[in-house]
Amino acid sequence: MSRMNAVENMLASTGAAVISGLGDFGRFWSFGSRSISFVPVELMSLRGWRRLLPQCFQIGTRSVPVIMLTGMFIGIILVVQGYEQFDNAGLRDMLGGIVNISVASELGPVLAGVMLAGRVGGALTAELGTMNVTEQLVALRSMGADPIRFLVAPRFLACLLLAPILTCYADLVGALGAWAVFVFYYGGESEPYWRMTKQMVEFWHLNTGLLKALFFGGTIGLVSCYKGFHCKPGAQGVGEACTQAFVISFILILMLDFFLNVFLNGLYNLWYGFRSLI
Amino acid sequence: MVGHDHPVIEFRGVTKRFGRQLVLDEIDLAVERGKSTVIIGRSGTGKSVLLKHIVGLLKPNRGEVWFEGQRIDTLSERALVPIRRQITFVFQLNALFDSMTVLENVAFPMMENSDVRLDREEIAGLARHCLELVGLAKFGSKRPAELSGGERKRVALARAIALEPPPKVILYDEPTAGLDPQRSDAITKLIRELQEKVHVTGVIVTHDMKLAAEAGDRVLMLYNGRFVADGSPEEVRQIKEPHVHRFVEGIAEPEDVVTYTT
Ligand SMILES: Nc1ncnc2c1ncn2[C@@H]1O[C@H](COP(=O)(O)OP(=O)(O)OP(=O)(O)O)[C@@H](O)[C@H]1O
Ligand SMILES: [Mg+2]
Repeated sequence: MSRMNAVENMLASTGAAVISGLGDFGRFWSFGSRSISFVPVELMSLRGWRRLLPQCFQIGTRSVPVIMLTGMFIGIILVVQGYEQFDNAGLRDMLGGIVNISVASELGPVLAGVMLAGRVGGALTAELGTMNVTEQLVALRSMGADPIRFLVAPRFLACLLLAPILTCYADLVGALGAWAVFVFYYGGESEPYWRMTKQMVEFWHLNTGLLKALFFGGTIGLVSCYKGFHCKPGAQGVGEACTQAFVISFILILMLDFFLNVFLNGLYNLWYGFRSLI
Repeated sequence: MVGHDHPVIEFRGVTKRFGRQLVLDEIDLAVERGKSTVIIGRSGTGKSVLLKHIVGLLKPNRGEVWFEGQRIDTLSERALVPIRRQITFVFQLNALFDSMTVLENVAFPMMENSDVRLDREEIAGLARHCLELVGLAKFGSKRPAELSGGERKRVALARAIALEPPPKVILYDEPTAGLDPQRSDAITKLIRELQEKVHVTGVIVTHDMKLAAEAGDRVLMLYNGRFVADGSPEEVRQIKEPHVHRFVEGIAEPEDVVTYTT
């Protein structure tokens, strides 16, 4: 009898979790599509730009230092990690190319994305969550203003547009950091470093990296705003929402990275197969 | 204009629950045009919930909400916009936008309301005037976070009255909470004036019996999800029904009186 109950309870709670999970998923998509649907109108109106630019400053300009720091350390660490092996194999001069490929196509966008999720995502969720629990979102609605248009669209757009730009910073500083360590710490030579970099890093690597960053930025913006809009009441609710926003953004970044890699590899093979025919 | 005999706002059998909690239980209410209707009731009886139904911020589980002869509880957010432009709301928690200055807060509804035919200068002028009306002329450039609780309440009031043409309905959720007696008297008079001179229909939620008596034309008391008193302020004061009487006189309910024991 009690075992039946336990089983039933377990089934019931699993079911409830699935239902609420699916409900959340559905709500997230409708939230996301509404936010995206406002992007064109916002971009075409002066007021839209007035709302967008301060967000660009908050999200973009103020993230530059931490993003550059992130990029620099990625480059440095990769050189420190790889130098011994490459040197032993006599491939020391290749190191620049290898490091810069992985910075441009993989580590730059992913780690810049994670950094952004922490710095920007947390701030967005906290801001919108506080507005939510102090009824500012309700007040906006009561004035006939759509909070998604007013608050989410500019923030989403700023994240979307600035993530690739910030990734460029990370890539650039990463390449410079790697070069500095390679030359000044290991006594390597500049000329082969840059030559190999130029030879090995293709536009393809750079572009896939930036494309990934675009997706990561959009994801961070939407997830953070969604979590802020749907947080539970009170300071604790806002705090929880911030944590969740970061964790979910992080996981989504990794998942997206996987799928984008699979997709882009397919595309790459197609492209190169095609090219070799000509 | 079309016949104005129908009430501005009407509730028909409105029931609202949150989970298992029944907050409004088949409420019927007709708010008369150009009058101030006061809703009193103990904390947590659903007064704020009732106000939010009027602008469609909450939807009833059962029953209908009507505004100007139009049923609104079934409308989408977008369809509600024209209605919301005619109604302003003083929120219990003020809900000032803390990313803006006080003046921007007061001007915001006019900037976003396409019924308002004023240019930026005129909007700023009217916003300043409304701040003056609530005694905050010098605070325009401050941020809401830098104000005291009572000052914030007054900014919220200024934001609710700053509209041109004036709002048809103003919903006040505890407009004098946290104000000193003198300021509260000034606000009471302001609410009265708006009603007398501009013919704004007011729905006032309050615990302040002085405000109810001076600014209200009609007082209703909400208790356990229903109205248990309805009449002019004087009539409600005379009601002998124990819950109403004790509320009006500010006497604790017997079951709420606890004795402190160690
Ligand atoms: N969004 C909501 N979700 C769940 N319960 C709610 C929600 N809003 C209000 N309630 C519940 O409804 C009841 C009535 O709330 P309401 O805010 O209307 O009270 P009130 O009469 O305005 O009280 P006060 O005078 O303290 O402001 C409360 O018990 C509250 O817990
Ligand atoms: Mg209330």
